[in-house]
Amino acid sequence: MRSGLFARFNRVGAWILLLFLVTPALVAIPVSLTPKRFLSMPGGEYSLRHFIALFSSPEWLSSFFQSAVIGLSTSALATILGTLCAIGLWRVSSKYSEVVRAFLLLPMIIPQIISAMAFYRLWVPLGLLDTYPGMILAHTILAAPLVLITVSASLANFDPKLEQASRNLGASSWVTMWRVILPSIKPGVFAGALFAFILSWDEIVVTLFVSKFNIYTLPRRMWNGIRENTDPTVAAAAVVLIALTLIAFAVFALVSRRNARQSRT
Amino acid sequence: MKTLGRYISPGWFLVAPFLLLVAAFYLGPILNILWLSFTDPVPGVGNYRELYESDALVRIIWTTVRVCIVTTVFSVLLGYVIAYAMVHAHENKRNLMLGFVLVSFWISILVRTFSWLMLLGRNGLVNNAFETIGIVSEPIAFMRNELGVLIGMVHYMVPYAVLPLLVNMQTLDMRVMNASRNLGASGTQTFWRIYLPLTTPGLVASTLLVFILSLGFYVTPAVLGGGKVLMVAEYIYVQLLVTLQWGTAAMLAALMLFGVLGLLYVMSRFMKLSTVFGGTAS
Repeated sequence: MRSGLFARFNRVGAWILLLFLVTPALVAIPVSLTPKRFLSMPGGEYSLRHFIALFSSPEWLSSFFQSAVIGLSTSALATILGTLCAIGLWRVSSKYSEVVRAFLLLPMIIPQIISAMAFYRLWVPLGLLDTYPGMILAHTILAAPLVLITVSASLANFDPKLEQASRNLGASSWVTMWRVILPSIKPGVFAGALFAFILSWDEIVVTLFVSKFNIYTLPRRMWNGIRENTDPTVAAAAVVLIALTLIAFAVFALVSRRNARQSRT
Repeated sequence: MKTLGRYISPGWFLVAPFLLLVAAFYLGPILNILWLSFTDPVPGVGNYRELYESDALVRIIWTTVRVCIVTTVFSVLLGYVIAYAMVHAHENKRNLMLGFVLVSFWISILVRTFSWLMLLGRNGLVNNAFETIGIVSEPIAFMRNELGVLIGMVHYMVPYAVLPLLVNMQTLDMRVMNASRNLGASGTQTFWRIYLPLTTPGLVASTLLVFILSLGFYVTPAVLGGGKVLMVAEYIYVQLLVTLQWGTAAMLAALMLFGVLGLLYVMSRFMKLSTVFGGTAS
């Protein structure tokens, strides 16, 4: 189509909107460099004191550590459960399996505040409140549907004849799964594991309900800092989080580009 | 095992672990909450009758619905502009634009809320900039009102609105639009009478997705509303963790749950749900 006035307007508008999406987060960078003791813009002078405070504070460091432990465990568990489940549903593929699939995606779609209520309700009698297992279990249930989606997308491109060939050549169903199916759905598994980690790393609503004193994750400490709205350390933490997001995104983009190139050749 | 395998496809054994986990640790307590809405503090429909008797509750629900509707309208509108430009851009540019959308999708909700707090406050960057230029003499009140909540929520929801629209627009056959132009329709006519109707499934999916996600939103309204814009999610939070009353909260959760399930049903008639949610993964 000819690029008319309308199309040009649309393109400029879209770029302005994309900038609106990304740039507001960057305000954390100048705020984190302020030399003052309270949240403010630096007036010409810059200081790294809040980053030093961040990395020498036992509270913040323990939150980083706890979030990493919970995120990695969630990612591992959700990836195993979600991948098995996706392969199972793909094998069955009947009208029942589609109903079950829709049911299993519910934890992702039901508003998080309701999920938080549900976990809180059950975790109190089970004694899982404010423990690692409780947090990991809750996050796993929320994150595994993401893995189910990404792995199912990979399986949709997988040729079932390969599985039949492997079985016909004498491989057991176990060997077929390990050596034939899993290698071909690796991109989906990898993406699912990453999404599961990000979900857990960034999760706040359920965390507010099922953690108290012992478990104090990074989002929870950020939340606290935002509510108190005084200490600039929270700005330094925000900058670190933005940097981590950009690194994760770069890795993801590189890997998926490499996968795309491999599948093309 | 062998006789069982004859009746049940072996695939179900792989599904079972997660299915049982969700049934026991997720569905169970949710059903329990639905039950509570009828039994706590006393059995009966007392919690639901409050909807008629309590003005405060009605106001909270009305605020939630109003904020969600406005958020949805703006997010889908802005998302449409972005998705349209992406589909019509060259491949390199499109990937760059997709990168922008995904990065904003991935930046922590807490980081974004914090940034809006810095930008929109009375002495925030936006008000300072406006005063320096001289547009306003008094600082504009962006926070502790619905305006701030709306800005924060639209900003969060636009990427969710873009992705289903993008999936839909990429499947359109551009030859239809070319045919329309060749038959003498103007670009505007082609857009309104051909392109827009063809994107209805994407529009419906993205509208319902954003609306559903907005309904249960907690973080942004709680921080940017500053206690002045009370929405259902924040009310539930206060009821459970501060005043420890399950009945009313359970009733609100039940209403929200049925609302969401109803909307999902509508959505499934327009589009395969898995493609909508799968769109975020590609």
